[in-house]
Amino acid sequence: MNISDLTIYDLHEALIAKRISSVEATSAMLERIDAVEPQINSFITVTPEPALAAAAAADRRIAAGDCQPLTGIPLALKDIFLTEGVRTTCGSRILNNFVPPYSSTAWEKLVGQGSVLLGKLNQDEFAMGSSNESSAYGSTRNPWDTACIPGGSSGGSAAAVAARLATATLGTDTGGSIRQPASHCGCVGLKPTYGRVSRYGVIAYASSLDQVGPLTRDVRDCAILLGAIAGHDPLDSTSVDAPVPDYLGGLNSGVKGLRIGLPKEYFIDGLDPDVQRAMDAAIATYQRLGAEFVNVSLPHSDYAVATYYLVATAEASSNLARYDGVRFGHRAEGAAGMLDMYTRSRSEGFGEEVKRRIMLGTYALSSGYYDAYYVKAQKVRTLIMRDFTTAFENVDVILTPVAPTPAFKIGEKINDPLQMYLSDIFTIPVNLAGTCAMSLPAGFSEEGLPIGLQLIGKPFGEESILRAAYAFEQATEWHVRKALI
Amino acid sequence: MKITVSDVEHVARLARLQLTAAEKELFAGQMDAILGYVEKLKELDTDGISATSHAVPMENAFREDAVRPAIGAEKALANAPERAATFFKVPKVIE
Repeated sequence: MNISDLTIYDLHEALIAKRISSVEATSAMLERIDAVEPQINSFITVTPEPALAAAAAADRRIAAGDCQPLTGIPLALKDIFLTEGVRTTCGSRILNNFVPPYSSTAWEKLVGQGSVLLGKLNQDEFAMGSSNESSAYGSTRNPWDTACIPGGSSGGSAAAVAARLATATLGTDTGGSIRQPASHCGCVGLKPTYGRVSRYGVIAYASSLDQVGPLTRDVRDCAILLGAIAGHDPLDSTSVDAPVPDYLGGLNSGVKGLRIGLPKEYFIDGLDPDVQRAMDAAIATYQRLGAEFVNVSLPHSDYAVATYYLVATAEASSNLARYDGVRFGHRAEGAAGMLDMYTRSRSEGFGEEVKRRIMLGTYALSSGYYDAYYVKAQKVRTLIMRDFTTAFENVDVILTPVAPTPAFKIGEKINDPLQMYLSDIFTIPVNLAGTCAMSLPAGFSEEGLPIGLQLIGKPFGEESILRAAYAFEQATEWHVRKALI
Repeated sequence: MKITVSDVEHVARLARLQLTAAEKELFAGQMDAILGYVEKLKELDTDGISATSHAVPMENAFREDAVRPAIGAEKALANAPERAATFFKVPKVIE
């Protein structure tokens, strides 16, 4: 048995039974990181000493009879989560030396259970990207084919799970940044309903869309990790004060009689044939399990990408105004006055994709264009939300592909931002609507690249999509296959 | 719609960004393509549709106006590019 292959659930069982210690598990992961990471580049920072210290503390806790589901489990976080005392870059040069004075709530909750932090994971700069190529710390590579992108922006979080460099990870999803890399790397990734998980201490990209979620080996781990991070946080006024259901306990209810919607707008002509085949097979599997399929329509789907690239960039241009070289982050040397310092610090610190999005957002918010672009996009957002509300009057969950193609090659779309943006066409509408969705392994392309299936739930319907995902996972073996690395 | 280099320069000033000549050319072309794509929103009649700024309907989130411990000056200044005593130090603002 390889410790690095274990799920959260199995490792927890082994820790409780004292078959493995957290120090052994953490050491095994750190050794594997040393061996495999040069091929993948999924970490920006690895923290061996604090990890082993946390593992030793977890072992003492377990010896004293306190072993919660995530006690002693070696995890890693996208480098967008603030971690007190551990460098946090958000994939940007501008935060190259930033050491946060406090931690994000999501990580604090895991610290409270005694989880172990292996390090901070690579990502697109400020979570802006679909391929991890915009990271200032080099592209992450897909463990299934290192010539391919892992997806983005939580590409390091997905690649680390697929390469078994962490038992599970956290990412963030603003337009598909958990689901698309999960799909491309063959792991399970869930974007919770907006407000389900606190955003406190998570570096902001587009605040009305950003949401924190787990990336895991299987659906059961996803339920465990989501349950651990979900819930109201007084430090995030947009987090919702609603009870957190027992996600794990609800997994076994099956899908008999479950009504699954198929939106015709997502099964387009341009869909990759391997993706289409995987969707057809998934539908057949669900039918065999007793689910009922209903055709639904989300008529404004075709407008989602355009809406997103106005709303998200406008919010980003405002959020990223704080990087000015005054209180933290990069400051340009030898500036001739305050304005020159702001401008040069930002221009030296931000990469090209971040500059492009700040420019787009600033344009959309600028005098004379505000109504035509930003307000118009917010109104179309209302129409997209209504599409989902209407569709969910007739169905419990909606099934779609996660991405129109499997992972593409590194460099393939880097010079064409619009083509890159369109790779998120099936994930973006969910963020605009604020509801929940997940990606789970549903097949492989002819080239052996993973293909993900997206299950979209009603707002706060995480239980339903997890239950449907678990039934699928029990009936298939896609999640068992491992990247040969 | 045609985004020119001078449009790019105007927006860059607003965004406090300094772009090279090559970046200005690149962004003019790319912003033109992206904003051209975004034009498709004009196909939709949104008269009478309210704007959504937040997906989850919410009332104001109130909390007790209680004094809580803050992180303190030393922690707050730990990442300062330059400091003087317990202040962030910046270049001269007014010549």
